[in-house]
Amino acid sequence: MITVFSARKILTMNPQRPVTSHVAIRDGIILGTGTLDEFEGWGPYTLDDRFADKVLMPGMVEGHCHLQEGALWSHTYVGFFDRMSPEGEMQAGCKTVDEMLAKLAAAEARLEDPDAALPAWSLDPIYFDNQKITRGQLDAISSTRPIGIMHASGHIMNVNTKALELAGLLRTGINHEGVPLGSDGLPTGELRGPDVMSPVSIHVGFDRDMLSCDEPGMWRFGKLCIRAGVTTATDLAARLPEEAVETLLRVTGNTNFPARIVPLRFHHGVSPEDLIAHVEALAPQSTDKLRLGRIKIVVDGSIQGFTARLRAPGYYNGSPNGLWYIPPEHLAYILETSLRKGIQVHTHTNGDEATQLVLDTMARVLRKAPSLNHRFTLQHCQLADTAQFRQMKELGLCVNLFANHHFYWGDQHYDLTVGPERAERMNAAGTAAREGVPFAIHSDAPITPLGPLFTAWCAMNRQTATGRTLGEAEKITLDQALRAITLGAAYTLHLDNEVGSIETGKRADFAVLEDDPEEKGVEQLNETRVWGTVLGGTVFAASDV
Amino acid sequence: MSDTGLPLTIIGGYLGAGKTTLVNTLLRNAQEQRLAVLVNEFGSLPIDADLIEAQDGDLVTLAGGCVCCSYGDDLMFALTKIRNMDPAPDHILLEASGVALPGAIASSISLFGDDIRVHGVVTLVDAETLPDLLSDTYISDTITRQLKSADLVILTKTDLAPPEKTSLSRELVGRHAPSASVLESKVDGIARILLLDDVSVDRASDLDIAPHKIPLVTNTLSMTETVDADAFAKTLASDPNVVRAKGHMVQADGNRVTLQLVGGRYSITNAPKTAQSGIVVISKSA
Ligand SMILES: [Zn+2]
Ligand SMILES: [Zn+2]
Repeated sequence: MITVFSARKILTMNPQRPVTSHVAIRDGIILGTGTLDEFEGWGPYTLDDRFADKVLMPGMVEGHCHLQEGALWSHTYVGFFDRMSPEGEMQAGCKTVDEMLAKLAAAEARLEDPDAALPAWSLDPIYFDNQKITRGQLDAISSTRPIGIMHASGHIMNVNTKALELAGLLRTGINHEGVPLGSDGLPTGELRGPDVMSPVSIHVGFDRDMLSCDEPGMWRFGKLCIRAGVTTATDLAARLPEEAVETLLRVTGNTNFPARIVPLRFHHGVSPEDLIAHVEALAPQSTDKLRLGRIKIVVDGSIQGFTARLRAPGYYNGSPNGLWYIPPEHLAYILETSLRKGIQVHTHTNGDEATQLVLDTMARVLRKAPSLNHRFTLQHCQLADTAQFRQMKELGLCVNLFANHHFYWGDQHYDLTVGPERAERMNAAGTAAREGVPFAIHSDAPITPLGPLFTAWCAMNRQTATGRTLGEAEKITLDQALRAITLGAAYTLHLDNEVGSIETGKRADFAVLEDDPEEKGVEQLNETRVWGTVLGGTVFAASDV
Repeated sequence: MSDTGLPLTIIGGYLGAGKTTLVNTLLRNAQEQRLAVLVNEFGSLPIDADLIEAQDGDLVTLAGGCVCCSYGDDLMFALTKIRNMDPAPDHILLEASGVALPGAIASSISLFGDDIRVHGVVTLVDAETLPDLLSDTYISDTITRQLKSADLVILTKTDLAPPEKTSLSRELVGRHAPSASVLESKVDGIARILLLDDVSVDRASDLDIAPHKIPLVTNTLSMTETVDADAFAKTLASDPNVVRAKGHMVQADGNRVTLQLVGGRYSITNAPKTAQSGIVVISKSA
């Protein structure tokens, strides 16, 4: 059974046939693009013209996000920016503290169980002139149920008195830089840093293992993919215990689930030897829509949390250097063994010292275990300089840059964390392109919203939320940006032979758009409206979910 | 001051310094004590599974905490769980990862207030590898910070390292951990020092702690007079030769209190009703 979709325009990302009007598919695979008479030889087909006024491009590939984005939507969104919920409701951003409190109060009123916690997420006080939220303000919403608001950065939380009480933190004499105290000697309710947040977060409705995602969360994540035009998405820090793998297999096995999921096994919690054994055991369980058998190593922390490892001259505000999350010996063992066994590894490095450690280690282990197409990928890699990009090229590494970061936190990096010059070079997609390093760009959802077209806009414009352009030289072109969110990301996952372009033999994965990205252009690409997706030939309309 | 407070010992140090060996030895020597063990890194040397079973399976494994999307910290979750354990363990051992900063961990644990008390930060260093680690581009500042936060530094493998390395390491420890107590020993000797908890005051004086290079002396102070416990503890803690102390005493107000001291760190809590006065002090015979 052959279906031919006609479209206003098909952007194939295949330079041999860059723009066409029809695509023929059979059993989820693309037979070809072109004109109807070119399809004649395949036999009888059904012409489906529901996309006649739409634009098709390859289903977008989000190379660094987390399924957790789906889980978080069961909590109240209180971010500054408008954000589309999985159900398609555009949730208005909270532009003032009062708006945020009003939204929380409304959510509180809907809770029936008097003891239920009220968790909320994505607060960003930098947009409220860094006005501090106090527990008193949250107590006014409820003094009997615990309330907790996770900040957008994921590094800070505000809680009410009840939550502090439950965690045993409503007392004087606390002496910890992450727990600011009020004039009464008691905590103000602001908790800074994951170690401080954790004992409280379980009382306010944030689960123990925040990196995992339950079944309803996965379905919500799927809806977000449809709205964003995404058909392949990573889950970049998964622990993948047996139950989680069962859930992933069951949900992705459902024909109604709209995305291919690529979970990467997080390195922590097992010995390096057991890590390798675990992913080797997982790999054969892969299916078309669930791709197992890859490793994610977290090498350092984050720049805005001052836990990233920086080379000289270090942090702009003089903060001490950050933390390693893996000893160099373990990093070397995992990289070398993975090269030998053909397991793919992605490494999270935020600071340039962490990036350099991976580069040095790769240079060493590649001599011991030469490998031509490992495509090991540096994730975030936010501070890399040009010499480091040249080394990536020499070593066959790919990079996936955090383009959205500029928009949300670029001003903070400029003013506080790394200072003007390095803020301008952060996420240097222009350099990656010039030096010939295969690259992708990402959202790190839920840290920033899932939406590759917005991510592409960020990488092309490098604008911050206050309108500053950060790093003119690192802007990329529309072609480069569109490639980064399709073939570029697919390449970093060894999936470019299957997805990332619309051409014969590849999977019938499309993003269906109301607008033509080429007409929208560099300045307005973020306004491109998404109708839905096609995954392996199955149509998913955003309006249906 | 409170009646309880779970004692917790942080065991830090880089890979290969002997952390897991120490944990295994502590488990083996725990006798009636229930030890809860937290491990936040898995090296090539596994925690002995048989020993863990003997301890009611209280091994909690940790992941590393903050990732790019750092919504949680496993250590704090695990401790929250241990705090609510019934029956409660007698002591928590936390084997920090080779790149963890024990000082930062101790600071986080202070958030548990009286419920969990850091009883000592013990940093292990391998006499053979320390000089190289301290000149490593990537790792040196981590090692420096590990040493700086130690109450007790244990220089291990002094019997295996060439003498000149050992003396260089000794000097480096002195430079980077000037206020910590320093011991050179095989881990089995150390285990017994750290486990003084389950040793009654009377038996302690008979302990045959066989240190490697520096002889240790065990003294039992009878504490028949009332004392200012804090001032007393401060004096012991500031004595560089005192490695470890534990016991009970009566204050001027009639309150009976328990002292726990590891290197320069001590805590004073209300003593159990039945506690007998007397403090065991282990010190280097200078
Ligand atoms: Zn991430
Ligand atoms: Zn990351």
